[in-house]
Amino acid sequence: MTATEIHIGLQLPALELPPITRTTLALFAGASGDHNPIHIDIDFARKAGMADVFAHGMLVMAYLGRLLSNWLPQPRLRAFNARFAGITHLGHRIRCGGTVTEILERDGERLARIELQAVNQYGESKILGDALVAI
Amino acid sequence: MLDKAHIGLSLPAHTVEVEKGRLRFFAKAIGETRAIYLDESAAQAAGYRSLPVPPTFLFSLDLEQAEPFAWFGTVGLSLPRILHGEQSFVYHAPACAGDVLSFHSQIADIYDKKNGLLEFVVKQTRVSDQHGRHIADLRSVIVQRNS
Repeated sequence: MTATEIHIGLQLPALELPPITRTTLALFAGASGDHNPIHIDIDFARKAGMADVFAHGMLVMAYLGRLLSNWLPQPRLRAFNARFAGITHLGHRIRCGGTVTEILERDGERLARIELQAVNQYGESKILGDALVAI
Repeated sequence: MLDKAHIGLSLPAHTVEVEKGRLRFFAKAIGETRAIYLDESAAQAAGYRSLPVPPTFLFSLDLEQAEPFAWFGTVGLSLPRILHGEQSFVYHAPACAGDVLSFHSQIADIYDKKNGLLEFVVKQTRVSDQHGRHIADLRSVIVQRNS
């Protein structure tokens, strides 16, 4: 992807993920080092007032990271921001998308701002975010 | 209520080596199958020194300490009541397997909304490598629900 091909309104190829399972969460807890029991231990989750365990926000952000690094080489990534807008529950199928919303210059470098969204199969937002990439 | 006197508090610094095995495990956990994230020779052929650290994995490396959640207690956060509100990364230089990264964190802000029903703690982390090079800055917002 060259700078001339990147323009406002351009959509990144979407990334569709399989449903979140307990295995997804167990693997992510181990691999990410986030052992907070609320994501892997239903007894702890229930005591905390939740119906069940739920996904780490950082799992969904990692999926958005894949969306970005699928599209451009990762060393071009300058900033990556996420606001966790909703809890991702077991069975949710996450779809990651991004749209170029701004072309700007910072520190002598040409950048594109990409607005990011991760939603589940019901269209509920899980992450709203953005990224800056060098183009 | 959380004590705003903790604003500005520096947390204990720590250092961690980026391991290829951990990067492969992380790739598996997030469904990443591209060779540059799994196979060092493919990564090197693509111009990396070794397997690249994926965009959000710096957050995980910051958890590589004996008690990664100890600071929650220090500032008055309680594990069953917290949620991750926001996360940001600013990247200054790429990190790869074999790098030895140092994490220096500080409590940047504490505030509340809805008359204290929601409390927020902002943690800022500076990451540098074994050469003292500035790799990235992380910013985490943790939300505590007081109902």
